[in-house]
Amino acid sequence: MEKLMMKGSEAIAEAAVRAGCRLFFGYPITPQNEIPEYMSRRLFEVGGQFVQAESEVAASNMIYGAAAVGARVMTSSSSPGISLKQEGLSYCAGSELPVVVVNIMRGGPGLGGIQPSQSDYWQSTKPGHGDWHPLVLAPSTIQEAADLVMDAFDLADEYRNPVMILGYGLIGQMMEPVAFREYQPREFDKSWTTCGCKGRPPNIVNSLYLDPNILEEHNHAIFQKYERMKREEVRFETFRMDDARFCLAAYGTVARICKTAIAQLRDEGIKVGLIRPITLFPFPEAVFREARVRWILDIEMSMGQMIEDVRLAVRGRTPVHFYGRVGGVVPTPDEIVRKVREMYKEGVK
Amino acid sequence: MTSSTGGSMPEKQPFKQVFGYPRGLTERPTHYCPGCMHGVAHRLVAETLDELGIRERTVGISPVGCAVLAYNYFNCDMVEASHGRAPAVATGIKRARPDLYCFTYQGDGDLASIGMAEIIHAANRGESFTVIFYNNAIYGMTGGQMAPTTLVGMRTTTSPGGRDPLQKGAGYPICMAELLNTLEGPFYIARQSLLSSREIIRAKRCVKKAFQLQPRGFTFVELVGTCPTNWGMAPIESRRWASENMLPQFPVGVFRDREKEGDA
Repeated sequence: MEKLMMKGSEAIAEAAVRAGCRLFFGYPITPQNEIPEYMSRRLFEVGGQFVQAESEVAASNMIYGAAAVGARVMTSSSSPGISLKQEGLSYCAGSELPVVVVNIMRGGPGLGGIQPSQSDYWQSTKPGHGDWHPLVLAPSTIQEAADLVMDAFDLADEYRNPVMILGYGLIGQMMEPVAFREYQPREFDKSWTTCGCKGRPPNIVNSLYLDPNILEEHNHAIFQKYERMKREEVRFETFRMDDARFCLAAYGTVARICKTAIAQLRDEGIKVGLIRPITLFPFPEAVFREARVRWILDIEMSMGQMIEDVRLAVRGRTPVHFYGRVGGVVPTPDEIVRKVREMYKEGVK
Repeated sequence: MTSSTGGSMPEKQPFKQVFGYPRGLTERPTHYCPGCMHGVAHRLVAETLDELGIRERTVGISPVGCAVLAYNYFNCDMVEASHGRAPAVATGIKRARPDLYCFTYQGDGDLASIGMAEIIHAANRGESFTVIFYNNAIYGMTGGQMAPTTLVGMRTTTSPGGRDPLQKGAGYPICMAELLNTLEGPFYIARQSLLSSREIIRAKRCVKKAFQLQPRGFTFVELVGTCPTNWGMAPIESRRWASENMLPQFPVGVFRDREKEGDA
């Protein structure tokens, strides 16, 4: 396979096009502008359509419309913009529409900053209004981002649910070699779409259920899909966990920093490993629960968001500690080494 | 007139049916209040779908507000939009499937307040769908609050002393047809009223025109109607009141017809 040196945002956009995405609706916000910019030239080359929406709110409702007529469609944004997109995404979840949304996170709250941050774990995995989750995929390399984008479209169609690619400046702005795999199109049932009612009764795409009993049924049906995701779609990576006595928990590029730290800690004789969730929803609970370690150190570029899911996963059996940098500050391998060494020497339980 | 295709009839019919539902409407009873004109507006759209033979190639978009359940009444594929976003949803649909016909059906709160950005920008891009805008100067579904089109001095549940732009900073009625007519993008813009049979016939002509011209761009028909329930008036009284008060603020007419201008 040909390897290309690409910026993450552009690799994400190109992977989407290769996965059959022909429609993109977006709104400029740093640090993800290269995605709409790439799409604005690329999609017209392949017979698609690009619209620079008037707002993130509008963009999220444009993807709702396009998905309702069966199109492969994507939007992208960054944290404050994702807040605005939550409206359309909740309607997509309620109406069971397959859409892909890329969130290149930045620091917060409010306008925050534009440097790398994992401040949106909560609003990604436990989003906007109503009972729902997107399926959330968190790449740690540009290559993995490209691969996951291709998977995201199939997962969206498979579950008729929003799928989110969750990155930040280090994924969106960094350049790395990437090889695009040959995408194999799959067939999905589209009999529910609203493409004109020729030869059948009209279809309705809707999330309004005024009868509480029927809405309750609908909520249960949506959560049955999430139960199936938990059985079939959980993805994670483990690193040097076979003989580990201590475990780091990190997602995205933070996991790569942890791997560098682990190499040094191993040289010092500290047996530490890593669990890297790739799906943040569904969260890889079992691998954390089954890890036989003295403690887990959760490391995030946030004030501690994923740690809640790690703690729920281990059900109090394993102590879970936290180390985080925020505001766009990226932790170094050295400071992770120091933190672990300190905990090891103090005999932290 | 298209006849009903409803339930089984006795073999010998004592009466001949001379008037029924257009195919473009389902036969479900609507939830609209007595005297409300949403039913009339629905029928004008449905007859148009029949007459142009496009019912099976049309996607309708229902709004949030009184017409939120329109997806139960139009007998074509329907999509329910969130509040004000119908023009964005229609943009997604038509960009994906330009071969389909698409219309949004929106009220004044939906279109002229929360959805102002969506309608302005869809119109400005010249998206090829049709907007049916029912303007009765009030929020009906939520119980009669002030709308962007509420007349100065008009009493609503959130302007109990009458809409007061000066002392209370409640703003002035927004005239959507005129506002959209400042843009280059739209292909067809009209406003008509539904207050008498003659006006309804004129409105029908504009609705049909808007659908006929849809493949060429953005088409918009504002329909001035009433809300007897929240205006606190009997239906006949509400029509008279609308004629005397609404029409001076919202004059009827064709504001834009690019086909006639011949510059399309």
